[in-house]
Amino acid sequence: MSDAAATAARAAAQLDRLSRWHPAEYVFWALAAASLLVFPSRYLLISDIALTGLFALSLDLVLGYAGILTLGHGAFFGLGAYVAGIAATHGLRDPLLGMALACAAAALLGAATSLLVLRGSDLTRLMVTLGVAAVLLEVANRLPALTGGADGLQGMDVGPVLGLLPFDLAGRTAAVYSLATLFAVFLIVRRIVHSPFGWSLRAVRANPLRAASIGIAVDARLSVAYTIGAAIAGIAGALLAQTTQFVSLDGLAFHRSADVLLVLVIGGVGWLYGGLIGAVLFKLMQDQLATITPQYWEFWIGLVLVALVLIGRERLAAWPRALWRRVAGRQPA
Amino acid sequence: MQLNRRGLLGLSASAAAFAIGTPRGRAADPVKVGLILPMTGPFQSTGRQVDAAARLYVQQNPAATQGRPVEIITRDDAGVPDTTRRLAQEFVVNEKVSVLAGFGLTPLALAAAPIATRAKVPLIVTSAATASITQASPFVVRASSTIAQTASIAGDWAARNKMGKVVTLVSDYGPGIDGEAWFNKRYTAGGGTIAASLRVPLQNPDFAPFLQKARDESPDGLFVFVPSGMGAAVMRQFTERGMGQSGIKLFGTGDLTDDDILNGMGDPALGIITSHFYSAAHDSAVNHAFVDAFGKANGGLRPNFMAVGGYDAMGMIYRALEKTGGNTDGEAMVDAIRGLSFESPRGPIAVDPATRELTQNVYMRKVEKRDGQLWNIEFETFPAVKDPANTKA
Repeated sequence: MSDAAATAARAAAQLDRLSRWHPAEYVFWALAAASLLVFPSRYLLISDIALTGLFALSLDLVLGYAGILTLGHGAFFGLGAYVAGIAATHGLRDPLLGMALACAAAALLGAATSLLVLRGSDLTRLMVTLGVAAVLLEVANRLPALTGGADGLQGMDVGPVLGLLPFDLAGRTAAVYSLATLFAVFLIVRRIVHSPFGWSLRAVRANPLRAASIGIAVDARLSVAYTIGAAIAGIAGALLAQTTQFVSLDGLAFHRSADVLLVLVIGGVGWLYGGLIGAVLFKLMQDQLATITPQYWEFWIGLVLVALVLIGRERLAAWPRALWRRVAGRQPA
Repeated sequence: MQLNRRGLLGLSASAAAFAIGTPRGRAADPVKVGLILPMTGPFQSTGRQVDAAARLYVQQNPAATQGRPVEIITRDDAGVPDTTRRLAQEFVVNEKVSVLAGFGLTPLALAAAPIATRAKVPLIVTSAATASITQASPFVVRASSTIAQTASIAGDWAARNKMGKVVTLVSDYGPGIDGEAWFNKRYTAGGGTIAASLRVPLQNPDFAPFLQKARDESPDGLFVFVPSGMGAAVMRQFTERGMGQSGIKLFGTGDLTDDDILNGMGDPALGIITSHFYSAAHDSAVNHAFVDAFGKANGGLRPNFMAVGGYDAMGMIYRALEKTGGNTDGEAMVDAIRGLSFESPRGPIAVDPATRELTQNVYMRKVEKRDGQLWNIEFETFPAVKDPANTKA
């Protein structure tokens, strides 16, 4: 009896330790905030990175934690962008309201399509998610009165954030707004991931049959995870629409889904900071390489990706540690 | 521990990359032109042509008025509108460019237009061709043409030559729909009949079912508008189905027989008639010099209508600077550009002060073989055509 109690206490302590904030996390967010002060000329890039990171975070919840393979996550991103954009063209100027609408719309679509996604295995899921995204793209293309069609949505008028901060040309408001949203959503996702629900998702990913046999409602859990992922992607889409004040069919294009997968793979799947760090690396690499060689930057990105996979992220991570040990070793103990 | 290692790695890498990313020292004097073009992705030939031609102009004319050098900065938007928008914003805020130019596709230009308005910077469109772009901002000027300009002339010409029953086939996006509307309007006004109007999806198009549908109508002519670069696929499938032998005449706007890829189309392209504002075979001293210099600077590449758009955009900037005495204020520049007229490689052009669109000749051309190469040979000129879409009657 006391043995079982001790085990339970040990497990609780372990879970508690895992969910505690690591010092490196404080450093990460401090640096994110500091980037606003240090690089005032790159506000727009910072905003772009933040919303890409948020989008990758949402995919991580679906792919990394729940283990649902998807190639159509861009559908929710694009839907969020269009909903926020259309709201802004119809007089709903408040950005937070627009974001809430985008989030709700994406969640609805996510909940509805999760029923399709639950049927079948990985390959089927790839096809279904791809199909949903393609259908949405064509719908947006066919409704030029609502979406502006292939020309993109014109005449967005987004009001100031909280009625205080108007979107400026240098992109300062955009950067602060995107980063703040990212942080707020991150806190929620972090809470979810460390909750019993989050752990049950990991159990399902590892072995759905065994998870079902210990009493986890597999389908319901996956469906909820997919819906939450969709809702967050919708928020990321709304951020894109509001900070650039423009939405085009490109928001729904296949390359959005592919790029975000790439971002997540660069940063690491099934890890809260994977999407964020992947977004930082991917966007900076793209920005720098495209500045140096506008014509051939894709080649270099491809090369880096291949190298990353061949060398392995673990080994890359081990190098600075070994270096640190050598530096530390030289100092008198 | 895991988090720690990864976190540190990511952070140090990002810090290093960011440090490289800060802008370098600014030279005070040159007039900066920010070129935003699709240099990668499906429309990269547009970017390459415009960039090469703009740089050629600067190379030929190192200094604008009062010895002020002009500096071109090119960035790739890969055809993604929100990237275009961000680059335009960064050009204006960080690089302090005096002019924004480029813009390969309509959505890209429309995404950047509000930036031009807010920053009061002229935005010169070298490629995108939907009529609505110049209405998006009073700072937008076009150095290419509108689809309405070339498609309406194709309609006039077809009606005058009694083409008979025509089927139209266009790509399903802004310019394609413009092209269909203006061709149909002018062709039916001239007494022609349209049997069917077909629209093909812009992305990953398969022309076969549409060509079959067109054939079922057994028309006398097939009018085609597809974006520059896709013409080869239409042509191949048209030939494979033997539609030419069954008496259907293929014609369209010059996008179909783009000079950049015309030679690669081979003999099936022979005899195709198109209406357009520029052919590399245009017979004038200015054009011969342009084609020669462009080829020399780019390993024998033939300039197409995108290139001439980039070349003339620089021509506009230089002439506007001369008029303003080197003043790069956006409103002054746009005012100086309105009403400019000069001889371009494509022939005489003038900027309509009311619409900021070019008034230019539109030529009817036929693909012919000269010295083993295919060229669009001009056989009829419609002089000084105004853009019909934006001009108030």
